[in-house]
Amino acid sequence: MKKSWIVFGCALFALAVLAAAPFIGMERIPLSALWGGTENDARVGILWKLRIPRVLMAFLAGTALSAGGTSFQALFRNPLATPFTLGVASGASLGATVCFFLGGDFAWWGVPGVTIGALLGALLTVLLVALFAARAPAGATTATMLLAGVALSFFFSSLILFLQYLSDPTQTFRILRWTMGGMANVVGLDEVLLVLPFVVTGCLLVAYLIHELNLLLMGEDFAVSRGVALRGVKRTLYFAVSLMVGAVVAFCGPIGFVGLIVPHVCRLLVGPDHRALLPAALLTGGAFLVVCDTVGRTVLFFTTTAPAEIPVGVITALLGGPFFLWILLGRRSGPGEF
Amino acid sequence: MNNADVVLRAEHFSYACGGKTILRDVSFSIGRGQYVAIVGPNGAGKTTLLKCFDRLLDGGAGTLEIDGRPRQSYRQKDLAKRLAYVPQADSRQIPFTVEQFLLMCRYPYLSAFAAVRKTDREAVRQAMASTGTLEFAERILSTLSGGERQKVYIAAALAQDAAIWLLDEPTTFLDYRRQQEILALLAQAKREFRATIVAVTHDLNHAVLEADRVLALKDGSVVFNGPPAEMMIPEVLQRIYGTELLLVQHPQAGMPMIVPRKNNA
Repeated sequence: MKKSWIVFGCALFALAVLAAAPFIGMERIPLSALWGGTENDARVGILWKLRIPRVLMAFLAGTALSAGGTSFQALFRNPLATPFTLGVASGASLGATVCFFLGGDFAWWGVPGVTIGALLGALLTVLLVALFAARAPAGATTATMLLAGVALSFFFSSLILFLQYLSDPTQTFRILRWTMGGMANVVGLDEVLLVLPFVVTGCLLVAYLIHELNLLLMGEDFAVSRGVALRGVKRTLYFAVSLMVGAVVAFCGPIGFVGLIVPHVCRLLVGPDHRALLPAALLTGGAFLVVCDTVGRTVLFFTTTAPAEIPVGVITALLGGPFFLWILLGRRSGPGEF
Repeated sequence: MNNADVVLRAEHFSYACGGKTILRDVSFSIGRGQYVAIVGPNGAGKTTLLKCFDRLLDGGAGTLEIDGRPRQSYRQKDLAKRLAYVPQADSRQIPFTVEQFLLMCRYPYLSAFAAVRKTDREAVRQAMASTGTLEFAERILSTLSGGERQKVYIAAALAQDAAIWLLDEPTTFLDYRRQQEILALLAQAKREFRATIVAVTHDLNHAVLEADRVLALKDGSVVFNGPPAEMMIPEVLQRIYGTELLLVQHPQAGMPMIVPRKNNA
């Protein structure tokens, strides 16, 4: 009973953040802008074309990354697993880097070339890992998958550095800026509507496997013996997480840390049972990223006069890192335990 | 043995992993309600055999049948309704309370978004009552002792409503009292639920006292399959374990028992 109240609290928190965030920013926007105001009012445009899409995108991204982290930590039974564990983020970054390197200032159906490159990079990585898993010997455990993902990440990172080395300073700057992650490019609802189906499908698939996630925590032999069709479940989870995380990374860049800490914080709040943990992580993750993005686009406003913002990927770790360490100090069980 | 009563059957089953043959041409059958001990030296393939039946390991040549159907023909959930693997009470971290854990073991009967039904709760209560684990229903599994944990794993097999239990060294690492308790539980399951019990063990004395039949593996092959009394002969034991074992008479059962040999005697 207590747990469902905490999940309810997470929902209220998420709603409050979603409602408040669009009205926070450099330009003060009155509540009346919501229901129109005057057609030509710039503030109506800012609210509907910039702020609301951006807040929604941040929420979707946070949700997807937390869902990915939660399911990968259970699947790999490893507290350090993140949605990027299988190399999706570095694959997407490589795709984006190649586009920057080739001077990809093109767009396709209104989607920027860099986004398409990143999406292709993410999907290609998923394919590579899947191929690896299919060809690996029957005894290949999840640990092998984990190592394959890490190896792939390092390989892609080297390729990115190599391309950066060959690039001119402007390109290098744009690549670096992209890999910090951010929502600054979100204008209008089109991109949100593009990402939405990916995230919804991914989250539904993960939610469908909620009992399986619980059983996987106990060890694969236990899960199989309780009737979990391990191969199919693993494949579905890889696919679901890669799909939604790939889409998010393509539009927002590789935003770190959310997928690692949100599941852990929620585990401390509601315990390890995924029936409570997953909804809590989805709601908190979304809200957390909205808060980080809001801080990122407002905090410099108080120190400088020029409108400027800090990429959200920087904020997540700046805010989340110390907070997470503080939480680790306060908990009783060791970090290896879920 | 009547064919309809055979619940587990291996026919010319071989299994290899990484180029190494672990089971070679294994054939035997186990009847409903039997208690069969699987013994043999380390690395003989005992645990592998259990895991192959439960499809924790797939592949291999030849057939393994459960209730008259090859194992591949089952959906994993349907297999779990017949077969339960009971692992060793090892140090794995399970962060749930005993009751939560047992409810999760009702997995073959749960559907994705449905709430836990009353029948599930009752099955779990019943399983805890039969195994004497009700008193730690609210304890986190990872905090239980080895003996308590082994009882909970057995309760899981009960909650899962599986009639065939595959146990991997159920009494290893337990003190004498817990060993007796676990063996009493297994005897009770066989008596009251007509459970078929297949237990891998290194404890030949227990095997002789409890089991209807003993299956001995050596280097992946069946080297003995018969009533326990026929195994407790120095020559047979020598063939299985490759060492000379010392036998004495059990004061109650009158059966030969193995006692440790004293060095430099």
